[in-house]
Amino acid sequence: MSTVYEQRAASLADPDAGLTPAQLAAKYGLTVSGRRPTLIGYTRQLWARRHFIAAYATAKLTVQYTSSKLGQIWQILTPLLNAAVYFLIFGVILGTSRGIPNFIPYLCTGIFIFNFTQQAVLSGTRSVADNLGLIRALHFPRAALPLTVTLNQLQQLLVSMGVLGVIVLVSGVPLTAHWLLMVPVLLLQAVFNAGLAMFMGRIGAKTTDMAQLMPFLIRTWMYMSGVFWSVATVSEKLPHWASTVLEANPALIYIELMRYALIDTVPASSLPHHVWPMAVAWALIAGLGGYVFFWKAEQEYGRG
Amino acid sequence: MDDQQTMDQVLDPQGPPPAPTEKIPTVIVDDVHIVYKVYGAGAGKGSATSALSRIVKRKASPALTEVHAVRGISFTAYKGEAIGLIGSNGSGKSTTLAAIAGLLPTAEGSIYTDGQPSLLGVNAALMNDLTGERNVVLGCLAMGMSYAEVREKYQDIVDFSGINEKGDFISLPMRTYSSGMGARLRFAISAARSHDVLLIDEALSTGDAAFRKRSEDRIRELRKEAGTVFLVSHSNSAIREVCNRTIWLEHGVIRADGPTEDVVKEYEAWTSKR
Repeated sequence: MSTVYEQRAASLADPDAGLTPAQLAAKYGLTVSGRRPTLIGYTRQLWARRHFIAAYATAKLTVQYTSSKLGQIWQILTPLLNAAVYFLIFGVILGTSRGIPNFIPYLCTGIFIFNFTQQAVLSGTRSVADNLGLIRALHFPRAALPLTVTLNQLQQLLVSMGVLGVIVLVSGVPLTAHWLLMVPVLLLQAVFNAGLAMFMGRIGAKTTDMAQLMPFLIRTWMYMSGVFWSVATVSEKLPHWASTVLEANPALIYIELMRYALIDTVPASSLPHHVWPMAVAWALIAGLGGYVFFWKAEQEYGRG
Repeated sequence: MDDQQTMDQVLDPQGPPPAPTEKIPTVIVDDVHIVYKVYGAGAGKGSATSALSRIVKRKASPALTEVHAVRGISFTAYKGEAIGLIGSNGSGKSTTLAAIAGLLPTAEGSIYTDGQPSLLGVNAALMNDLTGERNVVLGCLAMGMSYAEVREKYQDIVDFSGINEKGDFISLPMRTYSSGMGARLRFAISAARSHDVLLIDEALSTGDAAFRKRSEDRIRELRKEAGTVFLVSHSNSAIREVCNRTIWLEHGVIRADGPTEDVVKEYEAWTSKR
């Protein structure tokens, strides 16, 4: 019965009758569906979806607090409460503030900047696995998903930075031209985070257990990153190799740069060595590396 | 008006228009096998201790089951055809569709397509807490439209969905919609774009009778723009309305492939015997 149609086709004196399926496909320029595009083609597709990435990130931000009564006020309350908890523990109870002037702005900057990386990595890890429905229904470059979560976190960070600006000014730190350095720092960190989110997105897509493991890894990273204490005072007591490793930590670099930009009592001498080249290098390595790594598995997301 | 003319042809109640005489292939399926690997199904105790002992003993998870969903099907689809896929539950219809869309890998054989076939389904991009209005924009962007195209299509989508027939629902969050209203808006968004090869899975089973009629008309219109439409449905009347050719799948193999009237008749005879 399956040949009825083909017989009818043949009886119409079809010029293609003798061709094999592969030859027929070649003749009419058909291609195998679901093949991975080249890196340049992929980038072009991704650029064409930039409006979707922006709209999707904003939509996620909008719906985030719709079920709570205070709604969007939580955007501001969440970072404030975070800062309050850490201030209570590390500033008041443990007293790691000793020797650090303007401890509250110092602490809040560390928390907010680290939180940006933390959330981007955590939601990046889940970005493919959480959107399987979308992946199985629509064609789009999958890198749009980790990029969406990074952009979403950046939008939340901008709200937090507004809160931070107020905290800093209320603590009596003056507004200086140094604050302009915030822009390049945020951009570099955003590129770094996007790369990390893409990297973890591929890992999390294959190894779903990563989503369970990541919070522990991230917490370890946070304690290493000088969020609550000054790395400069610790690294003096360490051997040279150990302080070099500690100071090469990208999270630390972005935190220290942001503190330097915002707080006038953080001197340039307290920054890790080669801090700007390191900030750029980390952004490029993570950003490009994560992008290529994610693209390599493009055709495998959402399958199996 | 060209649009008016196409609409008239489309609304022609004589059933689906005949297949065009010039035969240009758009989809070639060549001896395709599809095997699913399913984790977490089948036998085996699901407790943490049994999982741990498996890891210690280095045994593969017994929960991994292979499902041979499609077993060697071949056909060629041509421009201007609307092809129905019928068969009982689990016969491999939706799997075949996903494979044509390039969303499932083939274990054996190849599928060649003209451009990128698209599944008609934008549901996963929409968010229930957003207003219908914003969901229309988001859904259109997700399908790859530009803002200019979205602006152009916006009113058509809202009108087609009929959401605003009973008041200004489009500016309310989608979670306030009835299930029928939500389904109508989703279909309206999905159908707003024209595709080279369009794949539709059970889309027609939603909405009331009037909307179903409108959907069928829209699918015939899409077929004119698209080139080739595939429709998976359990509604034989929908298949008869829309498709000029039908493929009957059973247990992952093609049981029949030919003009809709012949194949559906045979299928009906087969189902009534069981």
